Amino acid sequence: MATETHGAVAEAADHAASGAGMPQLDFAHFPNQIFWLVVTLVVIYLILNRVALPRIGAVLAHRASTITNDIAAANDLKRKAEEAEQAYDKALADARVEAGRIAAEAKAEIQADLNAAIAKADTQISVKTAEGEKAIAEIRAGAVDGIRAVAKDVAAELVTTLGFKADKGTIDGAVEDRVKG
Amino acid sequence: MATEAQGEAAAHGAEGGLAFHPMDQFIVKPLFQAYDNVVALGEPGSGGEGLTGLTESGHEVALTAKQALEVEAGGSVAINLFEAGIQQVHWYTITNVTLWMAITVLAIVVLLILGTSKRATIPNRTQSVAELAYGFVYKMIEDVTGKDGIKYFPYVMTLFMFIVFANFLGLLPMAFTTTSHIAVTAVLAFAVFFTVTILGFVKNGAHFLELFWVKSAPLALRPVLAIIELISYFVRPVSHSVRLAGNMMAGHAVIKVFAGFAAIAAIAPLSVVAVAAMYGLEVLVSFIQAYVFTILTCVYLKDALHPSH
Amino acid sequence: MEGDLAHIGAGLAAIGSGAAAIGVGNVAGNFLSGALRNPSAAASQTATLFIGIAFAEALGIFAFLVALLLMFAV
Repeated sequence: MATETHGAVAEAADHAASGAGMPQLDFAHFPNQIFWLVVTLVVIYLILNRVALPRIGAVLAHRASTITNDIAAANDLKRKAEEAEQAYDKALADARVEAGRIAAEAKAEIQADLNAAIAKADTQISVKTAEGEKAIAEIRAGAVDGIRAVAKDVAAELVTTLGFKADKGTIDGAVEDRVKG
Repeated sequence: MATEAQGEAAAHGAEGGLAFHPMDQFIVKPLFQAYDNVVALGEPGSGGEGLTGLTESGHEVALTAKQALEVEAGGSVAINLFEAGIQQVHWYTITNVTLWMAITVLAIVVLLILGTSKRATIPNRTQSVAELAYGFVYKMIEDVTGKDGIKYFPYVMTLFMFIVFANFLGLLPMAFTTTSHIAVTAVLAFAVFFTVTILGFVKNGAHFLELFWVKSAPLALRPVLAIIELISYFVRPVSHSVRLAGNMMAGHAVIKVFAGFAAIAAIAPLSVVAVAAMYGLEVLVSFIQAYVFTILTCVYLKDALHPSH
Repeated sequence: MEGDLAHIGAGLAAIGSGAAAIGVGNVAGNFLSGALRNPSAAASQTATLFIGIAFAEALGIFAFLVALLLMFAV
């Protein structure tokens, strides 16, 4: 460091030589720096400890809890959705079974109705058939009588035309015999 | 040596040919420097060689030949009393140290308090940075020191925030780098050293001395190791403080030296590139040194809390 | 004359900075080779890396400091 020779003037000359020597080793400035450093550190410590760190810590904790809560809520919702899906599936399956049952019932009912209708129709058909047969028999009988009468008339005419004389009773008897065959 | 072409440069410092001295930036000076007018010339030869003058308040100051002529001609010559070595820097004087430390505090307040004033769950940029700093230091203590180191978090955070802001603010042009002074870093380092030592003895009692007794080494070697460990323990605050101050001072001085070379026109472009590169490096160093200082604090703290190796 | 010797000494002391550079390079290089072998463990060891670099660099800074002292303080 400077060779301190003649008091203020020499010191001034030394300073005029433009900081020859490291300012860091100028011990005259140490108390000033240390004092202000201690003040600064205490102020920073108080600021951090009283205000900044609790605040940031609270914000971070709040965020962490928000995220955790949100994730929990999301999981909850997911679980609910899955439950709802299961319920839906179950309802669907039940509905299918029910529908099948109802269909089967309806089918059975319809089948019964159908059977009844068929039976009724059958009886009606048989009645009609019997009636028809009866009518046919009557008509047939009527026709046979008609044929006899025609045959008798035709025979009588033929006999007359051929020049024979035959009484009615004989012709009728002969025709009757032929018709009976 | 000064090339004559520089002219201006020679006016300030004859030595080295720099327009400014690389160490000038580290001078601690009062923010409010006193001036005094010279009223009379001193007796020639009374205070050694050179011209002297007497100021209004009766101080004897050195004068240049030009100033002496001015006084003789009846003009008023104002003398900077600080540069003349009369205005002293007392412990309470408001100096550039005070100014830049105040700016550091202000920057910390802006980042950590104004930045987080909204307490937003979804943070904006400033709040993100504040939370990043918080998480960075918190995780560092948790990882290095362990869970029981968490209660010293505000203390470590104070150190980190102060150093990192002082370092970065020191990189502004015309700024004063408080952490480049060994007086400042020594206080920080010795604070850590004493805290750790006292804490170690309070928490562990005599077991704290096991830190120096390496159990994993062969018995014959242990006394030798104990001495080495002891020496390294006491060198800690020195290396802790000199590392930080040295890094900051070296980087800034080198930038100034390169900047000084810009006075020579031929190498000025190279000098500009060099300054830019050094500045980039210094930005990195500023952060890394704050990080290193803090992590070493955590390591020392771990030694105090868990002294057995 | 005395000043000239101090300057020579400062220059010699500055060589220490180069030595520290070698040390820092060693630390970083070995970290890198280790990290490439086992990348998963690398992230957890960056703190150790920085502590190692800091110790190596501190000694270089000491050399630089001696140089500065010789330049400006002797």
